Amino acid sequence: MHTILETHDLKAYYISQAYGVRRTVKAVDGISLAIQENEVYGVAGESGCGKSTLLKVLLRMVTPPLTVVGGEVNYEVGEQMQNILTMSEVEFRDLRWKEISYLPQGSMHVLNPVKRIRDTFRDFIKAHTTLSTREMDTLARDYLHELGLPDKVIQSFPHQLSGGMRQRVTIALATILAPRVVLADEPTTALDVVVQRGVIQLLEEIRLRSKSTIVLVTHDMGVHANFSERIGVLYAGKLIEEADTQTIFNHPVHPYTQHLIRSLPKLDDKSIRLSIPGKPPALDNLPGGCSFHPRCPYAMEKCKIETPPLELIESGHRAACFLVSGQ
Amino acid sequence: MPELHSEETLLQVEGLTKVFTIRHGLASTRFMAVDHVHFSIQAGRPEILAIAGESGSGKTTLAQMILGLVEPTSGNLFFKGRNITHLPARERRAWFMKEVQPVFQDPFSAFSPLKKVESYLYETALNFGVADKKNVDTHVDNTLGTVGLSLREIKGRYPNELSGGQMQRVAIARALITNPSLLVADEPVSMLDASLRMSIVNTLRDLKEAHKVNVIYITHDLATAFYAADRIAIMLRGWVVELGSVEQVLGQPLHPYTQILKHSVPEPDPAKKWKEKVVLARAETEEFLRAGCKFATRCPRVMDICKQDVPPDIWIEGRLIKCHLYTESPASGDNPLASS
Repeated sequence: MHTILETHDLKAYYISQAYGVRRTVKAVDGISLAIQENEVYGVAGESGCGKSTLLKVLLRMVTPPLTVVGGEVNYEVGEQMQNILTMSEVEFRDLRWKEISYLPQGSMHVLNPVKRIRDTFRDFIKAHTTLSTREMDTLARDYLHELGLPDKVIQSFPHQLSGGMRQRVTIALATILAPRVVLADEPTTALDVVVQRGVIQLLEEIRLRSKSTIVLVTHDMGVHANFSERIGVLYAGKLIEEADTQTIFNHPVHPYTQHLIRSLPKLDDKSIRLSIPGKPPALDNLPGGCSFHPRCPYAMEKCKIETPPLELIESGHRAACFLVSGQ
Repeated sequence: MPELHSEETLLQVEGLTKVFTIRHGLASTRFMAVDHVHFSIQAGRPEILAIAGESGSGKTTLAQMILGLVEPTSGNLFFKGRNITHLPARERRAWFMKEVQPVFQDPFSAFSPLKKVESYLYETALNFGVADKKNVDTHVDNTLGTVGLSLREIKGRYPNELSGGQMQRVAIARALITNPSLLVADEPVSMLDASLRMSIVNTLRDLKEAHKVNVIYITHDLATAFYAADRIAIMLRGWVVELGSVEQVLGQPLHPYTQILKHSVPEPDPAKKWKEKVVLARAETEEFLRAGCKFATRCPRVMDICKQDVPPDIWIEGRLIKCHLYTESPASGDNPLASS
């Protein structure tokens, strides 16, 4: 096990200016993480906490108003770590899709409606390899077959397939070149539970087959419990807790994580579950100190002034809270 | 036979069916979105009935027929003993709409962004004549109180100034303004964040317990259905395949589809990971049009008969199951339409 992707104090803000008023949305605010080879790293958090922006920066999809203000995103390329944010476009083109792949949110709608699946696959493979048409078709057919998708799919138009099937075809498309890192943004959201399970099954198969690393962003803690091996919890653009899945679910230490886990309904328990009071903060107008302090039942004076740093509290478990750092 | 529908039944759904016709050039396909659905809700004993199923199972169409927003193709609806299937618009407004109120999925698209949110509450109160100009403020404030808000908090605010959870509670308060006996809530929490979701589900539980309001809670989320509801109906391609108390149906599901559905819910517990694999449907339309059981191609316990005959509705220990597996066992209970 070694690190394949790491970020150092990554800061990416949406900076816009209208009528002389400068607005800064701190969507990714000082995130440092290290993702190991062949693991499933889950990123959890509510909408508007910066999950999707983090993924965009990891894929270097940084277009204004999104601006990287500081930090590095390093991938292991060959034998050494390289910062993709300082690479030239030509250098990065060799990595995109072949080494680093991306499943955007709502990816079942990305297939071209007037093209057969086969032609979409051809277009995609052609842009990145020098295979002949026949080789491309064989590659696509074999790969879909290996992933357990029916053979008829390849000659269908997208409208002939169900939503779950389209989603899985898109996942197959994004991973056909055996990328080492797959960044998946809410791949199971808006799908039915049975289809959701099928999609997770497929991602697991891809991980075993191509030894890929998967970064899974979703707000659904049930999916994290099932699939992620380690989880990072984001709140207001910051990583506030990170540990292996067992620890996050069984012994969370940050009050936000504790509340989040406790509020989840379970299929065998009807006891009252309470929501976290208040609402997530707006990222352009964060409260001072710890962003969670207005909702936190244990907030102290210190929390309103200082931002708690993310600290290692035990092996493999990091948290950003003054309650646990013991200062 | 209206004399059979006493005042004791709040809502009775009898063989409700909606057929949509899809045209392809000259040919057309008839497509049963809701296919002979029966169930009832008793008066005097408030309950939350969850209707759960995948997308395309017909749960929203069923809700819209109950609300009178979609005309049923066949079947009957009785509310407090009266047949409301083809109620004239005037009577619908004067009586039925006071009694049955909707809550929709996305509160931000249900409310105009250019109107202050409290105007919806005032308009509903005045239009339905539940309050007059003098006491409307108190009525609105009291109703907001039942969902944990106050008029002071939302007065003069526009939808964008409130959070999703607050807006959904305003939407529920709007529905409660007319003092309805039944709320039909179509996916009221699926747009909300996990940390706010439970506040809405708790509001529904509280409405039932403290304010005696019945709720039809439509959802695809079995975990919140189990948490909030008393009974649950599982829908599959227009059919109700299993109906009973949540403890029965989700505790020990009998229908193979309910079993798969239950095991596919990602439980927020790393000790309960999925083990075996599932078979997915290739396209929705294929399943709708299939002869015999609509679940036959995905069912792990499929028999020959399943591919030919539509399974009958069977009653086992107070729950309804639509499956050939249980046809041999003796049906118990003589009144299949009564709730358990």
